[in-house]
Formats: sequence, C-alpha cells, structure tokens
Amino acid sequence: MSGLVAIPIIPGVNCEHDVAHAISLVGGESAFVHHMEATLPSGTQAVYIPGGFSYGDYLRAGAIARFAPIVAAIGRAAADGMPVLGVCNGFQILCEAGLLPGALARNVGLRFLCQDVHLRVETAGTPVTHRLKAGNVLRIPINHGEGCYTAPTETIDRLEAGNQVLLRYCRPDGTVDPDDRESNPNGSLRSIAGVTNEAGNVAGMMPHPERASESILGSVDGLPIVESLVKVSTTAGVA
Amino acid sequence: MSDTPTRHVTVTIRPKVGLRDPEGNAIEHALAALGWQGVTNVHVGRTVSFELPAGDDDTARSEAAEMCSRILANPVIEDFQIEVGGRGV
Amino acid sequence: MSEQHLHRQLGLTDAELAMYSVMWSEHCSYKSSRVHLGRLPSDGPQVVLGPGENAGVVDIGDGLGVVVRIESHNHPSYVEPYQGAATGVGGILRDILTMGARPTACFDSLRFGLPVEAPATAVAPSGDSGAADDETLRQRWLANGVVSGISGYGNAVGVPTVGGEILFDPTYAGNPLVNVMALGVMELEHLQRAQATGEGNIVLLIGASTGRDGIGGVSVLASSGFEAGDEEKRPSVQVGDPFEEKKLIEACLELFRSGLSVGAQDLGGAGLTCATSETAAGGSGGMDVDLDAVVLREQGMPAFEILTSESQERMLVVVEPGDLDAALDVCARWEAPACVVGRVTDSGRLRVRQGGDVVCDVPPASLAEGIRYDRPLARPARIDALTARDPSAELPVVTEATLREETSLLMTSPNLASAEWAYRQYDHQLFLNTVVRPGEGDAAVLRVMGTDKALAVALDGVGRYGRLDPRRGAALAVAEASRNVSAVGAVPIAAVDCMNFGNPEKPEVMWEFSEAVDGLTEACEALGVPIVGGNVSFYNETSGRDIDPTPIVGVVGLVDPLPGVPSGVGFEVLGDLVLVAGATGVDLGGSEWAWWNYGVVCGSPPAVDWPAERAHNAFLADVQRAGLARSVHDVSLGGVAVCLCECALAGGVGAVVDTTAWAPAISLSAALFSETSGRSVLSVPPGAAEAIEHLAQTHGVPIFRVGEVGGDSIFGIPLADLESAVTPRW
Repeated sequence: MSGLVAIPIIPGVNCEHDVAHAISLVGGESAFVHHMEATLPSGTQAVYIPGGFSYGDYLRAGAIARFAPIVAAIGRAAADGMPVLGVCNGFQILCEAGLLPGALARNVGLRFLCQDVHLRVETAGTPVTHRLKAGNVLRIPINHGEGCYTAPTETIDRLEAGNQVLLRYCRPDGTVDPDDRESNPNGSLRSIAGVTNEAGNVAGMMPHPERASESILGSVDGLPIVESLVKVSTTAGVA
Repeated sequence: MSDTPTRHVTVTIRPKVGLRDPEGNAIEHALAALGWQGVTNVHVGRTVSFELPAGDDDTARSEAAEMCSRILANPVIEDFQIEVGGRGV
Repeated sequence: MSEQHLHRQLGLTDAELAMYSVMWSEHCSYKSSRVHLGRLPSDGPQVVLGPGENAGVVDIGDGLGVVVRIESHNHPSYVEPYQGAATGVGGILRDILTMGARPTACFDSLRFGLPVEAPATAVAPSGDSGAADDETLRQRWLANGVVSGISGYGNAVGVPTVGGEILFDPTYAGNPLVNVMALGVMELEHLQRAQATGEGNIVLLIGASTGRDGIGGVSVLASSGFEAGDEEKRPSVQVGDPFEEKKLIEACLELFRSGLSVGAQDLGGAGLTCATSETAAGGSGGMDVDLDAVVLREQGMPAFEILTSESQERMLVVVEPGDLDAALDVCARWEAPACVVGRVTDSGRLRVRQGGDVVCDVPPASLAEGIRYDRPLARPARIDALTARDPSAELPVVTEATLREETSLLMTSPNLASAEWAYRQYDHQLFLNTVVRPGEGDAAVLRVMGTDKALAVALDGVGRYGRLDPRRGAALAVAEASRNVSAVGAVPIAAVDCMNFGNPEKPEVMWEFSEAVDGLTEACEALGVPIVGGNVSFYNETSGRDIDPTPIVGVVGLVDPLPGVPSGVGFEVLGDLVLVAGATGVDLGGSEWAWWNYGVVCGSPPAVDWPAERAHNAFLADVQRAGLARSVHDVSLGGVAVCLCECALAGGVGAVVDTTAWAPAISLSAALFSETSGRSVLSVPPGAAEAIEHLAQTHGVPIFRVGEVGGDSIFGIPLADLESAVTPRW
C-alpha cells in the first residue's frame, strides 16, 4: 500500500487542494501540514510542496518560506532519504533552502506565463519519474513569473554529469532548443525545467503535474509523476 | 538594549554581474528608443532600508552582511552592497 | 432639501459629516440609479438572493449555489492602472467571500482607447480624429498596466482569471473601463449574511491595518468625472496586498465553516462606516465601536479618517463572546491580524468612540439607506441624427473582387486581435475546474468539483451599439453573453450587469441609463434570465465628454450534466461541412466593419428577434449536448466573415465557402459583415450534417451549408496573413 504524502501549507501557497485531488486520483493519501509544525505527521512517506505565492513572493519567491519550521523538518527528512517534490513555488522554496542547486530568476519575457509546455524526461528512475522512461515527452502546464532556471555553468555541468537534470522544456517532438522561446518560454538555462539533489530523492520542477491529471482538464501527462511519488514506497530499488 | 544607538542601513541588491538581466535590457532598449542612445549597463535591483541597533558602523555593516547572505539576497543570482549611516529612501 | 442644508440641521460631528458624505455618495448610495433599478427582473425559482446583497446567489441543485458579482474599478484604474485593477480584483473577491463562498474564478471586461492608429480609410472613427501616436502609446500603457494588475493580484491571491474580453474605442481614451466579475460555489446551508445580530456579540476587524489610503475614495473617484491632468487624485488610490487577502480568505472561510461567525461584511467603499452601518442596520439595529482598538498604519488619524479609510483586505466578522478565543485562534493560525473593535447592541444607534469621546451617534439605517434622486431624463439630440442615416448609403458595395481586402483590413481591428497576450499572464487553471480555457470557446467552462455539472460564463457589451440606441445596446449585451454560454452547451440561469455611464447630472445620460435598464429588462425577460446583481458606475466622463453608454453583462449558464469537453471554436478536420445557423439581416448599424474600415457609426444596431434568439440558444446547447458538431462559434463583431476567419485561425485549417449560401437575398456586404443576433458557424463531419439540420429544424432555426473545411486560407486570405493581422502590436 502507498504511504502518506505530506502537503505543507505555507501562508500564500494555493495549489494544496489541487495537489490533494491529484494524489487521491492515483489512490494516494495526503495530509495538510501547518507551516509552524516542526515535524512531519507520523506515517509520512513523501512530501509534495505545492505551488502558489508563499509570503506573496515578497523579497524573492520562496525566500521567506524557507525559514518556516516545516521546511526545516522537510530538510531533515530529506537528509534521511525521504522523497520530496517541490512544484513551482515549492521548487523555488527548495532552491532557496539550499536543498536543491540553482535559482529561479524572472522569466526572460518579464511576463507571468500560464500555458502548456512540453517536457522531455531526462532522468527516469527517481522517486518522481520511476513510472516514466527517459525521452518520454509530457504536456504539462506552467504557471509562474519567476521560472527561469539559473545556476553557475560549473553547477549545471555537474548536474548534467550526475544525472540531476530531471526534465527539460522541449518541442512536441522532444527536441530541445534553449534559445527557442516557443518551447522554452521562460528562458531557462539549457532548457532545464526540473532538477534533483545529488542523492536523487529531492526533486523540483516548475510545471504543475497536478494540473495535468484528468483528460477533461486537457492532459493526463502529470499523473505518472504524482503516481511515482505516491507509490514510491512500494517500489524497490529507486534512487 | 534600548540604550544602543540605531544605525540607518541601506542594502542595494542587484543581479549578479554577468548574469542575464532581462528587465535591465528592456529598460535599456526603451531608453534608446526615447533618444538616450549609448546608455549601457542598465540593471534593476531592490533597495532594503532599515534601522538597526548597533554601537558602531562596522557592527551594523557585519550584521547587515549576515542578513544579506541568509535572507535578503540570493547569492546564486544576486550581489549586494551595504551602506551605513546615509539616509535611505 | 439640499444635502448641505440637511447636515447643518442635524448638527453633525465631523466624523458624522464625513460618514454621511461617503455613504450618500453616488457610488455607495446608488442615489441616481435606484429609482430605475427596481424595473430589472430579478426573480426566478433558482434565485436564492438577488440584487442588494454583497453578491447574488443562484441555486444549481444538490444543495449548491453559485455566488456571483460584478463591479467596476474604472476611475481608480485610470489614475493608476496596476493598483486600480489589482484592488478591483481584491474588492470583488471579498464580496464573494462575505457570502461564505471561496471565490474560485474571476472574469474581466476591459475597455481602452485605440492602441493603434485607425486605418487611413477611416480617418475619423466615431467622429474623433485618428488617435495620435502618443495617445496610442498611452492606451497601451493603460492596457498593459491593467492586465498586469489583474495578473499580479489575481495570481498571487490564488483565484484564477478564466475569461473576459478586451475592446478598444476612442470613447474610452480618457476613461478606461475595468469591470471585474467573480464567482464561487458553496453549499447553500453555509450561506453567510451581512448582519450584526445578538446583543452583546463581539465585532472583530480582521486583516490589514488601517491607513490613510483612499480617504473619501469612493466619493472622490467614483462620483465625479475627470479633468485633464488629474494626477493629483493619486492619493486616493488604494494599494493592494494579495498576500494579506489570501490569509484573510483562509481565515474567514475557516470561521464560517466552523460556525464561529454570526455575520460578516467586507470593508470596501466607505470602509468601516459602510460595514458597521450596514451590518447594524441589517441586524439587531445597533453597534458600539471603539476606534482606539483599530490597528492603524499611521499615527494621529482623526476619527473621520479611520471611519472612511478604504484600506484594502479587511473584513468585519461578528462572533459570540464564548467563541471569541476560538475565532482569534483561527485568525492567528492563518496569520491574519484580528482585533475586537465593537459590540452589537439593540440601541438602534451606531455609537463610535475615540479617546473617550463619542464621535458618532446616529441611527445606522440613516447611513445605510442613503437618499435617492429621480433625476430628469432627456433623449439626446444625437440619437435621431445618427439613426436617421443609413449606413449602407455611406459604405462601399463589397464585391467578390473586394471582399478579401475588406476582410483583411477588418481583421486588423484591435477588437478582433488575439487576447492571448493578456490571458497567458493570468493563472486560469487553479482549482482544477477549467474545462474550456480562455481562447478555446465562446465562454469559459468550469466544472463543479464533486458533481457532474459545469458552469459556463461569458461577459459582453458593445458601447457603439449603446451610442446609437442604449436600449438595444443593453439588450444585445444580454443576447450575446447568453448566446456565448449556449455555444458551449449551457442553459443561461442568471446575469449580472455593470452599468458604465457618463455624468448622471446630465438628463441625456440619465435617459441613456433608463433606456439601458429597459433594454436589459426586455432581454432578460425574453430569455428567462434573472439579474441577480449589478453595479452602476456613473461619471465616466473626461473634460465634460461622456463615454458611450456601456452596459457590460455577465451571464452564468449551467451545463447539467457535462457530457465531456465541449467542441471548441476551431475548424479541425478536412472535409467537414461548414454551416451557418440563424437568419442574416441587413444589420450594419454600429458594426465593426463600418466602424473600423470606414469610421462609420450610424443607423440602428441590430434588433433582436427574441423567439428566434431563444430557439438558436436552445439549438446550440442541444448540439453540444449531443456532441454533433466538431466546432461551434457564435457570430458577433464583424459578422459571418470574421467568425469564419476566427474558426480557421483557432483550428489552423482554412475553408472554402460560398458567400452566397447563407444570405442570397441581401448585399454581399451585409451577408459578410452584418451583426444580426442569433447566429453561429458550425463545422460538422459530413455524416452528422443531416442530424444537425434536423435538430435545427425542430428548433425552427434556419441553417445553411456554406462550404467545406480544408486548405490554408479563407476567402483566399492565407491563414498566415490572418495570424499576423490578429497579433497585437502592443
């Protein structure tokens, strides 16, 4: 059976209900956790940090939320190997907290973007991609103003060498072109849409898998990611 | 505590040198279009100003530097400058 | 008796004078409009709460209700477009929240002056000289600022913006329109009322601190017109904080759900004055308020400033004394500041104290009920002059040889431009309800989570029609919004209206207003759609020039059950047949073609044949329900010609059409560009054509086979050229 997925509620996040809904669609169980809690609920086997605008995105997206007690608890659990997925603002928080490398800068076009993008799976077998294969192309919405993945060149080289690049923005046919604003709309370096930490158990991505969870909403391509996280505890030999 | 004099601190945070700055570029283009040709190196940052209890400028400066590295700036994408004593905005 | 004279007779304090002054302002009291608004039809078996409440409530079955409201933020957006639009969004969300519902969708209807120059053939659109270069730049700045404000606030507060429309006309150059509609779905048993009941109950002020922002805002900004260089009005502009609002929403929803709240009211126009007087008047009749308890952002605010401040993101919530600690705990958990500012009494008086002095002691109803005017009406002279002219006589005869050129030029109208630049900046998917996204259909479709129902929402209104005939303009707005929701398979169940007019002190403007009310009434009665809420925005004038009368109508439709994703607007499959449903008349008065291509605005706007309109709506809903068509798109601005272009652009496939097939008896100009109501363009697989025709016949809707989907052009215009015509240059 699958374990409990904790969804931390930090003031200003807003995708928590959507995430809980998507988790229930794949038969998972989730629990909201208040940001002032210093520990995760007992039975927690994975964490899904939802998107939104924690603390209004004031100062920098995720900059204030990273100091919430629950984020410290997530950091400790992550160090012990617990799978953690941060989506959108959740990704920004993980970067600000130093749990993931790099930073999310303002979109190159300077405008907020809510639209579908195509993603190529770069690294399969992580706690959020073990139900996918490298090279799979997914159509999932983005929804952010600060999603341009940025890091020093050495860091990016190291991520690529260590299979830490999780997803890249791509064309519908899977080709990647970082200079193409159609397929890489926020201008992320080397079209990076998601990364993991060195151990592979902490993952962050700007696109929202929970928004691509039902055909009536336009796509179900996000479900394998949610399902990977939910069913990770039953899958042997991941990451 | 209440006897400690306060210092006025102004922190200017801007995109790291060499990093792409789309907002700065957009303003540079707009300035050129309005006739200010040749204006270069336009960058947009943030100013954070505050009063801080500190006995001297150096203490205030090192406190502010600590704040910058912990929360006010993101060293991956931002540089910062600290001014102590001057009037802020 | 004049207002000034009345104040002196009553011997009012400074605070009382300020309170009466804002509460009796046009914006708060509807003093000029109320005498007319009573004529609007607002009854129906589905209506739970109609006009006069914070928001209308409509029963959609299964114990659920839709809470809906529309509001204007025109003047604040002209003074400061980003903050004006942002606080417009914030304000209306609190109206939905006040009823007990989580606001889950926003829609915007925006109007600006021309962002591009008019074509050379239309040197004087609407009688103005062509927009000057710096004027178009200013309009772009306004449009971008307003869209950024909606995006910045709506996205961050966590309410998706899922629909709306943006139109441009020189009439709005000095007075843009920003109308925001919001809705929420709730269990009807949890409906909250704006009442302060139960003597001894405690009044909490929750949310942001109170500052000097927007002192006298509603009376300053919304109750007078603009003069050139009115930037000094900037101090009245409020600044929005979506993060504070988000916390406020969560805290209030938890208070409501856990039964800790006895009554609630948001602080909007006239701030604390309005919230305390209205809840007291609607409840036990009295309230004692202590201004010393109000958390202030600035030192030394006198009572009248605290009482009339329009600081955003604040709510008044009434709780029983025994529940106070629990209520404060809820607020603390959501980090929403809360303080006790008063108590409910049965004294029949609103008593306000500051520093031990009683600064206000009046019957709350006298504030809340305000006054009403029955202003004189006069038919404007321009109407007869404009309608006496026959637009056909002033327009060229379109031939097969010129139709391509005419259509290409028309497609460059900013009103037909893609709105993608705007809606891509809006989160339009949060809450996982959005089935038809912006740009995908004639109306937004939102499923109702946990049921098999969906809501369809459209906003419409064309000021040019109103200039020629305000009654028809209003009726056409209802017709189009209803047709749009029908086109995605819904049955219209309720409407809200936002009446944007000029200076009501001019009898001509009041006449326009009165006519528009009658037009709404006629249309809503004919289509069986009750008006459940509305907003009146007067004084939309600059330097004495009033805007075209612009009623904006939002219609909510119900799809029950939702059979799946409705067919979109785009042509998709080669070989599908193209059909035009509905009869086409010679309706070029106020049309987009006459205006944009030739600067001609005269004659009468289309008259609506209500039985035909209703039949066409029912036909469209049946088509979607049965899933018979591959695409469905209603005909509106620009007529069948533009509709066909839009279908081709949306699907990326052209069509070959016979331009004599749907209206052989009238001129080609009219066949192509008439804006007759009650029509649509459909594409259907050849095998389904007969079934569709049969369905049309049973509804009594004329339907014509006009061509076939295929190729990469329409009327011989390459799709690539159309694509660049509709790509905004701003």
